[in-house]
Amino acid sequence: MSEYSTRNPLPPRSVQANVNAYEKWRLLKDHLARYCVIVGGLGVIVAIVLIFFYLLYIVLPLFASAESTSIAGYDTPEKSLGKTVLLETEEQNEVAARFTENGNVVFFDITSGKTLLSQAIAIPEGTRVTSFAQSSPIDEGGAVYGLSDGRAIAVKQQYKLTYPGNKRQITPSLEYPLGAQPLVIDATGSPLEKLTVKMTADVTTLAAKSGNKISLVSFSKEQSLFAETASINRTATILEDSAENIVNLLIDKDDSHLYLLEREGMLKAYNTGDKTAPKMLYQEKVAEAGRTITNITFLNGDLSLLIGDSAGRISQWTQVKDGLKQLAFKKIRSFQLSDQAVIAIEAEQRRKGFMAFDAEGNAGIFNSTAGRELIKDNFSTSQPVAAALSPRANRIVLETADGKIRVWNINNEHPEVSFKSLWQKVWYESYPKPAYIWQSSSASNDFEPKYSLTPLVFGTLKAAFYAMLVAMPLALMGAIYTAYFMSPRMRQIVKPAIELMGALPTVIIGFLAGLWLAPFVEKHLSGLFSALITLPIAVLLFAFCWQYLPKTVRQKIPEGWDAAILMPVIVIVAWLAFTVSVPLESWLFQGSLRDWFSREFGIGYDQRNALVVGIAMGFAVIPTIFSIAEDAIFSVPKHLTVGSLALGATTWQTMTRVVLLTASPGIFSAIMIGLGRAIGETMIVLMATGNTPVMDFSVFQGLRTLAANVAVEMPESEVDSTHYRVLFLAALVLFMATFVFNTLAEVIRQRLREKYSSL
Amino acid sequence: MIRSWFNSGSPWIWLNAAAVSACLIMIAGVLGLIILRGIGHFWPAQVTRFNYQEPDGQQKIIFGEIIDISETPAAAAVISGFQMAESEETLVQYQIKMGNKDITGTDFRWLQERNIEQQDFPADIMVVERREWGNFYGHLVAVKENGKPLASGDNVWPVVQTKIDETLRLYDEINRLEKKEIGAINYQLEQLRLKSRKLELTNKLDAAAKSGIEKEKADLEEQYRQLQTQLKSLYQKIRSASLVAKTDGGAEITIPLAKVVRIYQPNGMNGFQKIGHYFSKLGEFLADDPREANTEGGIFPAIFGTIMMVLIMSVIVTPFGVIAAVYLREYARQGFTTRLIRIAVNNLAGVPSVVYGVFGLGFFVYILGGNIDSLFYPEAAPAPVFGTPGLLWASITLALLTLPVVIVATEEGLARIPKSIREGSLALGATKIETLWRTVLPMASPAIMTGMILAVARAAGEVAPLMMVGVVKLAPTLPLDGNFPFFHLDRKFMHLGFHIYDVGFQSPNVEAARPLVYATALLLVLVIIGLNLAAIIIRNNLREKYRALEG
Repeated sequence: MSEYSTRNPLPPRSVQANVNAYEKWRLLKDHLARYCVIVGGLGVIVAIVLIFFYLLYIVLPLFASAESTSIAGYDTPEKSLGKTVLLETEEQNEVAARFTENGNVVFFDITSGKTLLSQAIAIPEGTRVTSFAQSSPIDEGGAVYGLSDGRAIAVKQQYKLTYPGNKRQITPSLEYPLGAQPLVIDATGSPLEKLTVKMTADVTTLAAKSGNKISLVSFSKEQSLFAETASINRTATILEDSAENIVNLLIDKDDSHLYLLEREGMLKAYNTGDKTAPKMLYQEKVAEAGRTITNITFLNGDLSLLIGDSAGRISQWTQVKDGLKQLAFKKIRSFQLSDQAVIAIEAEQRRKGFMAFDAEGNAGIFNSTAGRELIKDNFSTSQPVAAALSPRANRIVLETADGKIRVWNINNEHPEVSFKSLWQKVWYESYPKPAYIWQSSSASNDFEPKYSLTPLVFGTLKAAFYAMLVAMPLALMGAIYTAYFMSPRMRQIVKPAIELMGALPTVIIGFLAGLWLAPFVEKHLSGLFSALITLPIAVLLFAFCWQYLPKTVRQKIPEGWDAAILMPVIVIVAWLAFTVSVPLESWLFQGSLRDWFSREFGIGYDQRNALVVGIAMGFAVIPTIFSIAEDAIFSVPKHLTVGSLALGATTWQTMTRVVLLTASPGIFSAIMIGLGRAIGETMIVLMATGNTPVMDFSVFQGLRTLAANVAVEMPESEVDSTHYRVLFLAALVLFMATFVFNTLAEVIRQRLREKYSSL
Repeated sequence: MIRSWFNSGSPWIWLNAAAVSACLIMIAGVLGLIILRGIGHFWPAQVTRFNYQEPDGQQKIIFGEIIDISETPAAAAVISGFQMAESEETLVQYQIKMGNKDITGTDFRWLQERNIEQQDFPADIMVVERREWGNFYGHLVAVKENGKPLASGDNVWPVVQTKIDETLRLYDEINRLEKKEIGAINYQLEQLRLKSRKLELTNKLDAAAKSGIEKEKADLEEQYRQLQTQLKSLYQKIRSASLVAKTDGGAEITIPLAKVVRIYQPNGMNGFQKIGHYFSKLGEFLADDPREANTEGGIFPAIFGTIMMVLIMSVIVTPFGVIAAVYLREYARQGFTTRLIRIAVNNLAGVPSVVYGVFGLGFFVYILGGNIDSLFYPEAAPAPVFGTPGLLWASITLALLTLPVVIVATEEGLARIPKSIREGSLALGATKIETLWRTVLPMASPAIMTGMILAVARAAGEVAPLMMVGVVKLAPTLPLDGNFPFFHLDRKFMHLGFHIYDVGFQSPNVEAARPLVYATALLLVLVIIGLNLAAIIIRNNLREKYRALEG
């Protein structure tokens, strides 16, 4: 009190004038404090809302459509040098290249259309260009001109980056990776009508149609150890097949498959792993009845083909192993662009997406994995001649028949994700059938990310289910006994003890589960089951015998201490069950129960499985359910139970018909909160399961939950990437699930409190 | 009779009682397991000499500590591929730790009991704890200095003891120089670089400033050179001594004493020596840095990091929690808003902790931290200062996570304060805030304290969110050191809970690390149970006190 008076002395009379000011100051303080406290109190709501909206803010861009903005349009540069057969842009989106039909290459500035370099390819006298092919820009890039004398010239465009005066400058140039001398493809000298090429650093493979045959020629560069120059080895074969109807040829990136497309839409695949003896693998009709194939190209990764037809449909075909482990070519999905013929398909170089143009200038951007149409628009009124999608898939250069080039910027950040790819079965490349798969990252650039949240949600529910299976009976029965039958003195010890169990860090429970419980359960599986069966029987048996014990013995134990006498009983019976089970197991199951399960039912056994998680997480959830349920049962008004007992009901009847009924909302909310906890629990599942995202109900198999997945992958995901946002989506799903459970539980609890106070 | 017994409902009551007993047994079992395994780790285990016949008939002498014994029934053993005789009912195997990983490649193996021909405990088997390659077991042969034998034969043991003490002193000195002195110089050099970069960015890097910085830099480099020469001579000294030992296989190997932490002969120790050894190991565990990818040595940085984090977190969470509780109890009209807030509080308590981690990483680290960096630390770019997970963000994230704990505990305390006290204060003319500040809150302070303790206990055991917002497996520097501004909120830190996860599950040699994990788990459990018990005791005292007030 003395402190009070010294700090806040009453104002002396002489400063009475100041009293008013002082009073005002006090009132002001009071008001200020009031607002601060209100802001602080409402801050709690703000916090929860902020978490929700922040997660949403990160997640939403996943579902946004792509946007295109026109940035330039100009006349085609050096129009006189011939029609364009290939448009191409470099990484930085500054320089584009135009390959013309007669062997000229024009480099120009993308935004202004100004010619930077125009170079003619050294085509030998007396020959002319008859065909052209581009090598996939993902590896080495480059292009090949086929000549009328059965030879071909390979060229490669180079962009050199320099930084004079800290400004980026790109200098384009053209080189001949296999020498300026044309390469002999068809030794007989007939003109190359169709051509395809795959260039890698060491090996260049060409396939060409000339007349009635298909030649497959491979050039490998061999750097000799001492000489400066490299020698080039040539391997050539002629396919044993008629080439009459061939309209298109493709070689995949491993240089191991050659695809030939015939005029009627028949696709033939050859294994060209051995260049001297190509082997036909299968053939498949890829065109629908009444339609013709108008365009064909690889999707990034070269595992599947995009086939555009005359009615505006683009189908994705991939090589799969069918039921008999036979290779087959299957259509896994298709996209509808318009009802016009598809005349160009440009695959993205880093994702499983592509852009398609039709004859009327309509264009669409699609993503294959997600089955998503991201943009569909009319890009030009005139027919497209050539189009280029930049390496980062953020710019389009389009040349149209009216001699114009137009440029758009594309904003397409997260095409890989759609509702379907997250929650439904998706047919991934090289998979025999559609499946739910979570496989978020890999080292390679052309990996198809598999973002299916379904196996994770399944794992979450599976873990929560087994945990609740363990926790619910123990916690609820324990709560009933503790709240209603236990002597108050014992309750004073038991309740804090069980609540203390809730304070145990989950990392410790998880660590024990993973390093101690999992091997223990693996070794004593039969013991665990036999304990599970014998314990309730033993308890009942003991209870039955207990009533026949002499009174003097029974009276030594005060009422409500049953749980204490049961403890040694349980320990002894459990120990017996574990000991007896060892010889019993080898006698009954000829070895171990685990082997028996896998032998008889084909159920595999993971050491870290759902059973271990169930026990460990059940242990972690018990205190939560116990504490809330016990409170609910304990605070059932006394006059209800006393009334029931007075009417002649037994204590157990009172329990089941009066107390449990009254407290049922509280018990329900206890279960809800327990479930919320089990769903969001991270460390235990992280440590006690193998974290394999499989969908398997078996109690002996591992799982991966949403929470564990976020914890494992978040630290290594790149900020604002699709993976990052999908992980935020997983967190948002968790947030919403627990939000529903917790809100439900709290609302019910509030109702219950009102009900009790009115009783 | 049985029927009437069932009808009375008494079997169900017994089953319910059994559920309680089962819960209690589980708790006792878990605690017992942790205590048993955690406490035993530091006790010097006996090293056994086995005369062992390998399954292929080869005779071998093996030194090792028995770690585990496993009994497999004959039928199961046959399935696992063991040859069992008709008369054998079980296969007994010993798991032994035989160390010498650099020589044999593995430091653990299983021995079949039936193949052990003889086992004893020779007093002169020596255990050498090394800084690399784990333990060494063998006989001491000689001590050498600069390649010349210093002692051998009978008097070698005392000599090696004095020599090792000397080496350890040198080692401490080297450590101090490297970590403290050179660390400080490096820190100052980095600060100078940042200073010059900052001046450059603001176009104030004129000749005078430049030369000043150059001069300071030259000074520091000169100091660095001096320390280097000092270190060089120390290194020469420490590398001079080595010991020669004979392994169980009979090979003689030389171990430089610089790589040795301690040498002891467990079989020859008496009780007091063992107790001394125990406490010396315990001291090392609590006060030293980890060694060998965290599987040996101490956990001091993890203890320190945990304490720092919970301290900062308490400073942040307490005011907010108290204000929210005061609003709920003292200011708000009970109605829709308070119901909403209670729902929000419950949800904050129920949201999975990993979601907090995600939120903390995205919102605090990348958004707040990123903006702080671009506003205040442009000179450090592109290296982030606060735009990367660190101590501050971990503390704030956990403060958010533990907010409901503080709110609920404080509210309960406020609810217990009799109305008469508030009314009395108001009647004397105090304003509401004066009543609160001078009477209500002081009376509720034990409740606030309870909330804080519970929050600290929760935060100390939380791992999932921390993995994202600042905890690392090995932090090179502590968040508090002798370099200005002494307190480095932007640094990453180590944490006990994460240490358990990391060493137990990510470590390359889980088998060797397991005892240490149990010891760490025991420490964490003791801390958390201690905190919770303290909170329970304070709360109970509080209840008693107000019961008296009300009476």
